[in-house]
Amino acid sequence: MATAESTGTEADEQRQHQQQQPQTSSYPLPAILTYPASAPPHLVAQGAEGRVYKTTYLVPDLQCAFKYRPPKPYRHPILDQRLTRQRILAEARVLVKCRQEGVPVPAVYGLDENVGWLAMEWIEGEPVRAKLNQWLSSRAGEDVESNQKLIDLMVKVGDVVGLLHKHGIVHGDLTTSNLMLRPSSKMGASEVKSDTDTLLDGDIAVIDFGLASQATQVEDRAVDLYVLERAFASTHPRAESLFDQWLLSGYKSSFKQAPVVLKRLEEVRMRGRKRSMLG
Amino acid sequence: MPTPPDILSRPRLSLGLEGSANKLGIGVIQHTPNQPPEILSNIRDTFVSPPGTGFLPKDTAAHHRRIFVLVALKALRAANITTSQIDCISYTRGPGMGAPLTSVAIGARTLSLLWNKPLVGVNHCVGHIEMGRCITGASNPIVLYVSGGNTQVIAYSSNRYRIFGETLDIAVGNCLDRFARTLNISNDPAPGYNIEQLAKAAFHSNPADISHKSPKTREPLLLDLPYAVKGMDCSFSGILASADILASQLYVAAKKQKQKNTDEDANPKFTPADLCFSLQETVFAMLVEITERAMAHVGTSQVLIVGGVGCNERLQEMMGTMASSRGGSVYATDERFCIDNGIMIAHAGLLAYETGFETPLEDATVTQRFRTDEVFVKWRDD
Repeated sequence: MATAESTGTEADEQRQHQQQQPQTSSYPLPAILTYPASAPPHLVAQGAEGRVYKTTYLVPDLQCAFKYRPPKPYRHPILDQRLTRQRILAEARVLVKCRQEGVPVPAVYGLDENVGWLAMEWIEGEPVRAKLNQWLSSRAGEDVESNQKLIDLMVKVGDVVGLLHKHGIVHGDLTTSNLMLRPSSKMGASEVKSDTDTLLDGDIAVIDFGLASQATQVEDRAVDLYVLERAFASTHPRAESLFDQWLLSGYKSSFKQAPVVLKRLEEVRMRGRKRSMLG
Repeated sequence: MPTPPDILSRPRLSLGLEGSANKLGIGVIQHTPNQPPEILSNIRDTFVSPPGTGFLPKDTAAHHRRIFVLVALKALRAANITTSQIDCISYTRGPGMGAPLTSVAIGARTLSLLWNKPLVGVNHCVGHIEMGRCITGASNPIVLYVSGGNTQVIAYSSNRYRIFGETLDIAVGNCLDRFARTLNISNDPAPGYNIEQLAKAAFHSNPADISHKSPKTREPLLLDLPYAVKGMDCSFSGILASADILASQLYVAAKKQKQKNTDEDANPKFTPADLCFSLQETVFAMLVEITERAMAHVGTSQVLIVGGVGCNERLQEMMGTMASSRGGSVYATDERFCIDNGIMIAHAGLLAYETGFETPLEDATVTQRFRTDEVFVKWRDD
């Protein structure tokens, strides 16, 4: 059993997790996480949709992201059950499809749509949102708009979004929190922890397909981009101006039908209610 | 007329004029150094249209013009102040219905010239947010602004109230109001209020009685309505259309029953109360969901609900459940501040005026389209 053979550092880690237990234990865990065979679950994120635990799956050294959609007590139980089931299944189908097509997403390990959980590959690294904010604050007051690192990042993000759309997937909730920046395989271990200059290095992986759908409509793709654009505008206003120029150029490079989508994006932007009609 | 630099060291008064929809609200607020703002008066008069109809711009504007002087006098008397004490006249510049906005702006300009007071044009949505923050003490919440004309999820960041999510078509209040029209429910005091009462009646053995006197023994029926959330945005027009279709089944059944040719099986198994219940459950679940998503994104646990639909107790309850499961709490106000009022315009106007903002008479116009994020929030420095 994993716990019996754990080394000193692992035991330390577990103790740390246990210290955080008051927070996690106030939520009932799904039965599968209470079995002694899995590593103690560690709540890593409480998103809007559910909670993501870091644990292991089947074997003690297979790290996994375990997404649990607990019942939402505010919602009518029938409506809740309907939505949870639909969403778990849709998410798993989309992830499998992405994996087959070579889009960088976590692999699916297992699921139970009635209880509402989905076990996925653990992605190393940090969300783009955290990295980007860290990087921006290290360059406070600087003009970042022509910075090559930032431009590269925007192009990379656009490229991955283009890849998603190319394979008929619409993410539905593209924010910089749902884009992971994982240490690229080329990077040495020593490089990873150096100064702020390398903060934006790495490969993009897309996570949280909770609102994703398999759709090829221009409209859905344009809305996807619009959501991402607004996420940039609201959380990284300083990087907003690079969206049009660089992120979209990355998008165009990986997705042939990009021009049609970008044309629709213009319309979607105009559609927000009460938008000023000047100009 | 530049703002005197010593204005912040003495008490100052603002008269607020609001009339962007069917309520004319006039109020007076006082800001005193080192003290919470004090509401001296808050008078409102609502234009109520007959059941089955909505309020038309021309009729609403006529209502506002007719009672403007009356309400203004009432507000000044209740505040017990003289006109010379007023520092600025705040009025709603937008967004809203053109004709009612114009009527109130004319009133504002007239008072400004009459009393020689500066004007401050206020964004209606910012008025709601600032009043909500002021009343509840929520310092930096996620704001859900839900009314008959607006549905937005808003968070503050670097001097703007930024819109995270909003409706892609009609506002949630509009959806509820129009459904009230479909069911021919009274618009007095508000169609949304009557929908709420009917939805509560779905728990009682007599679901047609909105006084809720029969025993609470019934289990409401949740009808299948579309659930339309796109990212942090949502859409209500398809839900309204579906609810209307279900309501028309009731109507047809009632008609057949009158003609005495009823086939028992053809009768729908649900009541208007079930429809109201289902509509509320569905649209509020959507609103709570997009609010929760914005909270997760921003990393805050405070929610503030403002706007007319914010009075709905079921929405407040659902939002409270969600917020507490995230370790936070919900801030809501009662109908005096949720529903459009003059005091919120007075308050937001005065906040802007204290930073030196004024609207020159020749620019004191109105606009139907005025986004929340267009306003530079100079009075906040967090």
